[in-house]
Amino acid sequence: MSLHVDAGQPTRAPVPPDRRHVRRNSPRSFRTWLDLKAAPYLLVSPYYLLFLLFGLFPLGFTLYYAFFTYDLTGTVEWTGVGNFTGLLSDSAFWKAVVNTLGMFAIATVPQMLLALLLADALNKRFKGQLFVRMGVLLPLVTSVVAVAVVFTQLYGRDWGLINWVLSWFGADPVSWKTERIPSWLAIATMIDWRWTGYNAIIFLAGMQTIPRDLYEAASIDGASRRRQFWQITVPMLRPTMIFVVLNSTIGGLTLFAEPTTFYNGNVHGGTDSQFQTVSMFIFEQGFREFDYGYASAAAWLLFLLILIGSLINFLLVRRIGGNK
Amino acid sequence: MTTLSAPAGTRRRRTKGQPAGIWTATPFTKIVLAVTIVISAFPLYWMIVIASRTNGDATDVPPPFLPGGNLGENIQRVLSNPDAHYMTGLTNSLIIAVAVTASVVLISTFAGFAFARLRFKGGKILLLLVLVTMMVPLQQMGIVPLYRVMVSLGWVGSIKAVIMPYLLNGFGVFLMTQYTDQAVPNELVEAARVDGASTLRIWFNVVLPAVRPGMAVLGINTFMLTWNDFMWPLLVLTPDNPTVQVAINSLNAKYGTDYVLIFSGTLMSILPLIVVFIAFGRQIIGGLMEGAVKA
Repeated sequence: MSLHVDAGQPTRAPVPPDRRHVRRNSPRSFRTWLDLKAAPYLLVSPYYLLFLLFGLFPLGFTLYYAFFTYDLTGTVEWTGVGNFTGLLSDSAFWKAVVNTLGMFAIATVPQMLLALLLADALNKRFKGQLFVRMGVLLPLVTSVVAVAVVFTQLYGRDWGLINWVLSWFGADPVSWKTERIPSWLAIATMIDWRWTGYNAIIFLAGMQTIPRDLYEAASIDGASRRRQFWQITVPMLRPTMIFVVLNSTIGGLTLFAEPTTFYNGNVHGGTDSQFQTVSMFIFEQGFREFDYGYASAAAWLLFLLILIGSLINFLLVRRIGGNK
Repeated sequence: MTTLSAPAGTRRRRTKGQPAGIWTATPFTKIVLAVTIVISAFPLYWMIVIASRTNGDATDVPPPFLPGGNLGENIQRVLSNPDAHYMTGLTNSLIIAVAVTASVVLISTFAGFAFARLRFKGGKILLLLVLVTMMVPLQQMGIVPLYRVMVSLGWVGSIKAVIMPYLLNGFGVFLMTQYTDQAVPNELVEAARVDGASTLRIWFNVVLPAVRPGMAVLGINTFMLTWNDFMWPLLVLTPDNPTVQVAINSLNAKYGTDYVLIFSGTLMSILPLIVVFIAFGRQIIGGLMEGAVKA
């Protein structure tokens, strides 16, 4: 497996093994079997037990539910692929898909560029490294709900700080909550504020594994710093970038807390659902309309969306910096 | 005697005496970093400003930029608010986060030892399964059946319903497998084996002491993630027995324009995390960077 990576020395001297035990060769074969053959399975079993109960089982049942219609009176009816075809012709579902993809794109592209720039800065030599890194990571510690509460107030139409700053440039107050694109922008900034520093720290970790002589050789050859960044750093970062982009894809396409809090805890996503994401749509269908089947079918379509999105992003990132 | 430092993140990166060259911070670098820190800290500072003011101040144009003197009074209002059940939320969040963290760390340390240092049939496939499921948003995918399970168990409204699904943490298993692989030399396990130590004893006496730093990193991360989660607790808990995030949501839903109330509640909800972060910042960053390179 490609899992082994050397990462520094073990941090503590081992405790000498206990010597009181006698060698085992006696008739205690069951205990030997238990100890050597069964123990590994026993050690991993708690995880797989939980996986079965809270991972695989719900996943399978989501698929099963997707073929039934549920309504408020408790009637359950087989509909075959009815939920799926219904969703595909449901404009509310498509609106949620477009909202999700739109916010994802607006949030992710600048976030990746900023994180790269920031990681490059963090990779330089300066005093107070730990302090700076902690400062960069501070947003991650803040809860999503807290971030959303603060930004929602900052984006207020009448008394918000952002509109006040914009008014210096003669802009009219923007109604961040009720207009579609402004609401996407507001939510995208919440995501970026929280995740850019985190991604920068991950990029930094990747940058530190790039051999330094590459840069020295490039310097001798007269390559500028900018050129070195685009021709050495970015292509060499590709594995890390794949990790970061896939993570962001999953996180971005399952967006829930920020837009929900932005509309004061309501999953409808604005008066006209202008910022309702697919996750919020699933929540609304399942637990406000109580149509479990429809919600389950939507969950599978979301999964499909994530798969496609991950694949596209994976292929995109793999092309970055040419095919060297 | 045991320090909590994670290996990779804290390692010296540059050999002494190497010429500065392209690694020196330029003024541009410093500006980028300074601006980043200001932007990172500003919303938190803003939280303090509004939480310590009155609603009249909060809607001033231009807005106030310095903290006021009403923080104590505002916190009182949050704690005594009949819709938020704030203290219950805080206690619930603490219980949930501690329970989940303890179990995830233990389960992951067991599994990590087995995957990294014991050979058994199907081990590699099982590990691969962990990696694959890490990529599936199980919480969102399975939300409907999970909810119905909680209904039929009668757990809706109880924090059990929040704790149980969170015990499933593929990332933890992955991280501890990596960590054990690097921190526990194979020879040591073999030697203990020759000396007649049982598997469980090897885990306790050889593995556990060596992987403690990894456990700390996993523990801190799990605690933060659990403390912050929102969607699932919002669904399975009732407003009168919330987590702290659900309590803030109740305030937000009912008192949308009472900014100082909501901000005070929010401020209190992140304080425990800020304390953890300041105390363990080095380990958190080290752990993040280490996990990233290995993935």
